[in-house]
Amino acid sequence: MTTGEPLIVLDAVNKWFGPLHVLDDVSLSVGRGEVVVVIGPSGSGKSTLCRAINRLEPISSGTIIFDGQPLPAEGKPLAKLRSEVGMVFQSFNLFAHKTILENVTLGPIKVRKEKPAAARERGLALLDRVGIANQADKFPAQLSGGQQQRVAIARALAMQPKAMLFDEPTSALDPEMVGEVLDVMTSLARDGMTMVVVTHEMGFARHAANRVIFMADGQLVEDAPPEEFFANPRSDRAKDFLSKILTH
Amino acid sequence: MHVFADPTNFDAYVSSFLWILKLTGASAVLALVLGVLLAAMRVSPVPVLRGFGAAWVNIFRNTPLTLVIFFCFFGLYSTLGLSLVDDLDLNNFWLGVIGLSAYTAAFVCEALRSGVNTVPAGQAEAARAIGLTFAQTLRIVVLPQATRSVVAPLGSILIALCKNATIVGTIGLMESSNVMKDLINSNGDAVIPIFLVFAGTFAAFLIPTGYFFGWLANRLAVKR
Repeated sequence: MTTGEPLIVLDAVNKWFGPLHVLDDVSLSVGRGEVVVVIGPSGSGKSTLCRAINRLEPISSGTIIFDGQPLPAEGKPLAKLRSEVGMVFQSFNLFAHKTILENVTLGPIKVRKEKPAAARERGLALLDRVGIANQADKFPAQLSGGQQQRVAIARALAMQPKAMLFDEPTSALDPEMVGEVLDVMTSLARDGMTMVVVTHEMGFARHAANRVIFMADGQLVEDAPPEEFFANPRSDRAKDFLSKILTH
Repeated sequence: MHVFADPTNFDAYVSSFLWILKLTGASAVLALVLGVLLAAMRVSPVPVLRGFGAAWVNIFRNTPLTLVIFFCFFGLYSTLGLSLVDDLDLNNFWLGVIGLSAYTAAFVCEALRSGVNTVPAGQAEAARAIGLTFAQTLRIVVLPQATRSVVAPLGSILIALCKNATIVGTIGLMESSNVMKDLINSNGDAVIPIFLVFAGTFAAFLIPTGYFFGWLANRLAVKR
């Protein structure tokens, strides 16, 4: 699956929130086309890890390299980097005052300076791909959670990102809507998108991930292919975590 | 109503409210532009800009408007020689507009800033995540939503501005309160009717304005 140099490389990354050590010497590399699922108990630092990759969360020490370049500190270069990394949030965060189609075309028009007509056409195609083309002129609040999250994925894809970050994309959804979002994510993974997915969906981790990362207390505890991780977790922390979530 | 039957008095009455209208219109536009800029400064990550915005708000929000208008006349015009146009009335008008906008912008800024707090942090995060710069995030995502959430308070500020415009009478502009004072001085037998006509004219314009902004606030509210 992995070809050439890795796309995302974290080296000895540390992050403190005041006295709280949320990322403790985390090193990780994600190859092009690789799907890495990050799991762990809440407060383990997995969301922070995900948000650090596009610098929504600045780190305290260490380095993060994306596509061969260290993350820019701020300003235009940082904005450019972010435009190349798609992000999907737990709470969707669709622009509430824009229509569904405008949500998807905003980035291409304002960041990439695409022609509105071309952006619209591509936006509609993307909405079609995630199955919401018929809702293009509605506002986010008129859609269900699952539909909103699929729009959020289309919005990220509209930037033609080199990688996609998913920060607990199904945690805020009603159970019956989880499947439709995971289906879109699975098809993305199959198409070769590089993905870092923070999730509690063990089914998705099993069938779509190349690697599973297990985090606890800010540390990267295990890094293994899903079959191996779920069958034979090595650390006690991971065994304990799995026993708690898989027995129900 | 014999006072207003006199064409001279009637013309003075009409032109006095035209001054109020012009003062309100010009100051509203300037205060809105200035208020948006100040609000952008106050939420920006640049300490110098934040300091400037905060200083502006603290100075103008905590100073009586009469003093601000006096300063425009005695300070800017008489002492510093700031003359905007040759015509004296028009010069007083623009000095009044400067004072009113500088003062009102502080309130617009604070209304908008409270509006920014109603926009969930995730909106700005999502904007940054697709590669919008700080300025674009503010202009395209945050401020439009913030403004729409504070339409009703902005309406109240506009109404206050319209009534505050009468203070420009203190530097000689023949706006409504000034004309009313003159009419009362020369028609001692009709003080109450004169007063009621002037007060009633304000109310007749401003009550519908208030309802209009209430309607607009509902219409523009961002559904979440």
